[in-house]
Amino acid sequence: MNFEFPQLPYAYDALEPHIDKMTMEIHHTKHHRAYFDKFTAAIQGTDLESKSMEAIFAEISKAPLAVRNNGGGFYNHNLFWEILSPKGGGEPTGKLAEAINTKFGSFEAFKTKFNDAAANRFGSGWAWLSVDNDKNLCVCSSANQDNPLMDVHDCKGTPIMGLDVWEHAYYLKYQNRRPDYIGAFWNLVNWNKVSENFEKALK
Amino acid sequence: MALLSGFQVKIKTTMKKNIFSILLASAVILPFGLLAQTAVKSKTKTEQKPVTAVLSAKSSASIESAFTGSGEDWFIEAGKAVFPALPYSYEALEPVIDKSTVEIHYDRHHRGYFNNFMKAVAGTDLEKMSFYQIFGNMTDFPAGIRNNAGGFYNHVLYWSIMSADGGGKPSGKLLDAITRTFGSYDAFYQQFNDAAKTRFGSGWAWLSIDFKTDELFITSTANQDNPLMNTEGKRGFPILGIDVWEHAYYLKYQNKRADYVENFWNKLNWQEVQTRYNDYFRLADRLNK
Ligand SMILES: [Fe+2]
Ligand SMILES: [Fe+2]
Repeated sequence: MNFEFPQLPYAYDALEPHIDKMTMEIHHTKHHRAYFDKFTAAIQGTDLESKSMEAIFAEISKAPLAVRNNGGGFYNHNLFWEILSPKGGGEPTGKLAEAINTKFGSFEAFKTKFNDAAANRFGSGWAWLSVDNDKNLCVCSSANQDNPLMDVHDCKGTPIMGLDVWEHAYYLKYQNRRPDYIGAFWNLVNWNKVSENFEKALK
Repeated sequence: MALLSGFQVKIKTTMKKNIFSILLASAVILPFGLLAQTAVKSKTKTEQKPVTAVLSAKSSASIESAFTGSGEDWFIEAGKAVFPALPYSYEALEPVIDKSTVEIHYDRHHRGYFNNFMKAVAGTDLEKMSFYQIFGNMTDFPAGIRNNAGGFYNHVLYWSIMSADGGGKPSGKLLDAITRTFGSYDAFYQQFNDAAKTRFGSGWAWLSIDFKTDELFITSTANQDNPLMNTEGKRGFPILGIDVWEHAYYLKYQNKRADYVENFWNKLNWQEVQTRYNDYFRLADRLNK
């Protein structure tokens, strides 16, 4: 089995006041942990065990639902923790900034598009910035724990930034005010990491 | 602002039909003994205490626009819908569901669905359609109707089947039907809990009556879908529903949905569920299944 449950790259209270300590702790040690445990249990003894997450997602329509839900839950949270940082915020630079301007017109226009995707996803899900098969940036959202790498997804690509909009991601602090949580998220985005993901996805 | 515009929409839509609807809509007596309030009024009085009913619950006025979770709700025209009062105080469901959760759930989430739904139907043909017709033709309408109509109706049912002194077990015809279908109450309890616990992401678990056989069945639906929507593989008449969106339990239970589901039974008002079961047979000729 080549999968490991990751430590958070910062302390549980590091993202205060935007995401509170209790939310981070439960989100990581309970929700994320449960996805990981159920995912590894679901693939144990099957030929998925030796595959990469990318390879599993590419044929997720053929896998049991437990692999889709828990594999997605495992992978999505890995990405989410990585692209957040207590020193995050601001705007991207370099190639990623250029690509955002080319695709969306401006950083502000991109933000609006991403905010809409996150706010309008009804029920539990994620908003994504991905690199599609033509190496263009695209913004979309997915239900539950689906993601753009899955063959069931209608805007396929490689996700380089994701925002969890399940209620568990924000309810303790923001309750029904999802837009406030989305607004706070921008103070935490680790643009260095997103740029790194972007460069990797272009290759 | 959203609340104000929701109120204005309601005035506008009711005026088109009948000037008296405004009066009815603002003072309708609900069968559980509360004055239905307008969106604006109840916003300023979040801890409304029950008011003794002075009119018969069976008056045609209440059947026209008041949502009570009863079978007649399905025949209310969308344009005449009124946001119903909570049938108990916010702390009535303690310790199973905490006061803060009930308040936010009712006053923000549920009210939000109602306001969005009324905005979405205003000035459209849907104003004159009953909830039953809308749900039965849901595939014809945009997602905003499906999500908000479901969100509005589902929560009306949810509040109506709980009570401060709930708990116990069903009896009479409903218990007979449960035993017929599931073998025993315990087997039913297990199957319903499983449906509620295993629904992945946001959604609901339901006990409904099958249109084809008149017998009970258990399903779960995603998001705010409902067993009466024609989007469902197996359609039926819902008599019991539990909200398993995280907002229904997260402040108290966090990731422990199973605890919320198991505790829910202690506040379930089986008499109300029995009433809905009887409603189905009483209203059979109006449900052109
Ligand atoms: Fe999450
Ligand atoms: Fe709800």
